[in-house]
Amino acid sequence: MSVIRGATGDWEVVIGLEVHAQVISNSKLFSGSSTTFGAEPNTQVSLVDAAMPGMLPVINRKCVEQAIRTGLGLNARINLYSVFDRKNYFYADLPQGYQISQYKQPIVGEGSLTIDLPDGSTREIGIERLHLEQDAGKSIHDLHPAKTFVDLNRSGVALMEIVSKPDLRSADEASAYVTKLRSILRYLGTCDGNMQEGSMRADVNVSVRRPGAPYGTRCEIKNMNSMRFIRQAIEFEARRQIDILEDGGTIDQETRLFDTKRGVTRTMRSKEEAHDYRYFPDPDLLPLELDPAWVEEIRATLPELPDAKRERFIREYGIKPYDAGVLVSEQISADFFEAVARGRDGKLAANWVMGELFGALNKAGRSIADSPVSAENLGGLIDRIADNTISGRIAKQVFEEMFETGADADTIIEEKGLRQVTDTGAIAELVDQVIRDNPDKIAEIKAGKEKLKGWFVGQVMKASKGKANPQMVNQILAEKLKD
Amino acid sequence: MSTADLTELGLAEARDGLKAGDFSARELVDAHIEAMEAAQVLNAFITETPDLARERAAAADKRIAAGEAGLLEGLPIGIKDLFCTDGVRTTAGSRILDNFIPVYESTVTAKLREAGAVMLGKLNLDEFAMGSSNETSYFGPVRNPWRRAGDPAAELVPGGSSGGSAAAVAARLALAATGTDTGGSIRQPAAFTGIVGLKPTYGRCSRWGIIAFASSLDQAGPMGRSVRDVALMLRAMAGFDEKDSTSVDAPVPDYEAALTGDVRGLKVGVPVEYRADGMPEEISALWQQGMEWLRAAGAEVREISLPHTKYALPTYYIVAPAEASSNLARYDGVRYGHREDGGNLIEMYENTRGSGFGDEVQRRIMIGTYVLSAGYYDAYYLKAQKVRTLIARDFSDAFGDVDVILTPTAPSAAFARGEKTDDPLSMYLNDVFTVPASLAGLPGISLPCGLNGEGLPLGLQLIGRAFDEETVLRVAGVLEEAAAFDARPAQWWREA
Repeated sequence: MSVIRGATGDWEVVIGLEVHAQVISNSKLFSGSSTTFGAEPNTQVSLVDAAMPGMLPVINRKCVEQAIRTGLGLNARINLYSVFDRKNYFYADLPQGYQISQYKQPIVGEGSLTIDLPDGSTREIGIERLHLEQDAGKSIHDLHPAKTFVDLNRSGVALMEIVSKPDLRSADEASAYVTKLRSILRYLGTCDGNMQEGSMRADVNVSVRRPGAPYGTRCEIKNMNSMRFIRQAIEFEARRQIDILEDGGTIDQETRLFDTKRGVTRTMRSKEEAHDYRYFPDPDLLPLELDPAWVEEIRATLPELPDAKRERFIREYGIKPYDAGVLVSEQISADFFEAVARGRDGKLAANWVMGELFGALNKAGRSIADSPVSAENLGGLIDRIADNTISGRIAKQVFEEMFETGADADTIIEEKGLRQVTDTGAIAELVDQVIRDNPDKIAEIKAGKEKLKGWFVGQVMKASKGKANPQMVNQILAEKLKD
Repeated sequence: MSTADLTELGLAEARDGLKAGDFSARELVDAHIEAMEAAQVLNAFITETPDLARERAAAADKRIAAGEAGLLEGLPIGIKDLFCTDGVRTTAGSRILDNFIPVYESTVTAKLREAGAVMLGKLNLDEFAMGSSNETSYFGPVRNPWRRAGDPAAELVPGGSSGGSAAAVAARLALAATGTDTGGSIRQPAAFTGIVGLKPTYGRCSRWGIIAFASSLDQAGPMGRSVRDVALMLRAMAGFDEKDSTSVDAPVPDYEAALTGDVRGLKVGVPVEYRADGMPEEISALWQQGMEWLRAAGAEVREISLPHTKYALPTYYIVAPAEASSNLARYDGVRYGHREDGGNLIEMYENTRGSGFGDEVQRRIMIGTYVLSAGYYDAYYLKAQKVRTLIARDFSDAFGDVDVILTPTAPSAAFARGEKTDDPLSMYLNDVFTVPASLAGLPGISLPCGLNGEGLPLGLQLIGRAFDEETVLRVAGVLEEAAAFDARPAQWWREA
């Protein structure tokens, strides 16, 4: 158990996350407007999104499907009957004066996901619920000294609010949870997980307690859009609460904001200032009733998810759990690896993908999506190592060329003349030459200086420009030295 | 046919006359524009669109000549100013929208246009349809064309909220008009002005483009001078709309064809709970008369019980304001409509909404906000929803025994302006007979069946099963014939 040491003893931090994940769909939750990110302000706004008089919402089937898909991916109960409610509050970027959300009857109930911790262990974290809701527009305060501008492009875009149980016990766990959730959503194709663009944001609930004691009073830190800030905010907030409690104070339930510049959380609104959202069922929308056959249809199209894939990679390709975890974190790298590894040595494939390829991509600032080396070509390179056309050392040279030009291994080997020399006669000639050139060293070996054998191998390899098959060099040299 | 004669026609008659080539759409529309312009004192219209009407009439004449006439081709009608109309100011009777020009057309008015109907203008109403007397409109009250026989000086209200629609149809400024009904807003003004008004089943007409008051209750419907006219209008207005999730995908019958005049063997229910204390004797008598007319036509009249009736009004005055408080949140001065700046956002909201909404609208927003508040939600809103279910069940039980229900439309004839404005509760009581059917989502019609001692029209209401407007219209047709109501207001407004 992870504990925080205080002046008066140990404390445990209790964390629950509410993640807002923007649904991947062409149009908004209740209107036909486009959802493309980065369009000119107020160009993706329908009459419904702008809440013009008399406009009515109509549910987007695709968004519902995405919520179901996500629920299934989180091993969660799909509620065949759910209700959309209005959450009422006034703000300039909330055109209707209410957000359509789901309050008492969400579309997805309890589920779970497994987090992977840095020490290699795993923990199961409960999911409380998932519901669909509309995003608000964006208020822009810094374009005019006295005015606020409002961009409604985001207004009405579908969000999934995914609420965890208060099962997380450290910033590490919270971070692992967001990482895993993001990975699952991306596998499912239900959210792109892009935190910078705001398509994934988290509200973090933090409380502290003595180990084993009942839950303490929690504070909610709103709208976190980076993994680093989530960790910093949790660590700061836990320490803040512990300090208050150890000084004999009490925690006020409140909503707080994380000041990214100063690395501290501060009060946004207290419990007394909390909004009364006056939730009630939206009379413009009928309850959402799902056909169980449709849910099963969606279930049948679920992809293999990261945990299952990781287990399979370990089993089928014999790779290390850690490596498998890294490879499956993104579907695209898992697919790449698998295309390289299929029918080949899995460990070798993993080493090449995670070592050379990831290293080179990283250095070049590129992602696997635009890797100049295709999985096919990397596989071809490994094949040439396996069939002794080239040595491992030459292979690195071929890889560098491949990364530069995108050419396949055979072309590079031919063009650069890198084929390994396996001709016994040719190697024997080189060995003879080195022996002839170094009579003094031969004398030393014969006098018992066995170590010098390695030096001879090196000289022969050098003379072959690295192309001689090292095993054959060893073998022939040993025979010659016996004479 | 002279110009004045053309305003005497009913909607169906005018349709037949156009078809026969007795007159042109342009002549028909001109006659009504003249009548409209001569009736300014009634204040029935908020926005008149005579040029647009003439243009559309000319187009209608062309389509008639080409043999492409729609169901309502060339027929001049009025549109309640709650329906958004493309390019024509739409106010909801409120200052907060006094400069609002939609860039879209409500589904119902689009269907009417498609059918060839010619809009004369936008009709006055209680602000956001909240009222029973048309006194809450920012654009001033509507005068009822009817006057008390013994007291012509008293200015009477036309009922509400579709008061402009009712007055325009009663005064023959339009052949027919659209109304909307949330708790009685079509039926009660129809009764107050001696015309026919039908509130269809909830979900029958699309609500898309109609400015919302209470979403779970609002329903558009026709107002005309005969049962046949509203049947004709309804056919053009009704139908499924994928843009309104609460509209119902059911075929729209030919309602005119339902007017067979035959009610033999039909069972008519009379709810004992509607015998309200203090109901004027004249209204009880008319109700009794209605039963007898139907009996004479071969129907069977029997007493039924709708036990939760007494809770209908309080239930309505929780549900409707609750929804309204949320529906009206969008009028915040940010994107369109009236705006009054302030030192910060909250002040701007307060200034805008404080000056943009009238007293009654503010009262209902406050009631609605209160009943949805944490700690009160269960006691008010949730309880009201439960009672609403019981009220709906009362009706479905009753419809196991009867085919249609007969009641008075309103507990009184038209009252004088200012008579009830200081007492919201007595104003709310106007809806006592219309609200239960609204809560149950059922179709209801009001038709004029007689005059009271002061020479003012009184209406009877028929309530039917969900989506059975046909039976409601059929029975109404029989009552209409029996009542032979032909009284009409003197055209005093022309001299004014």
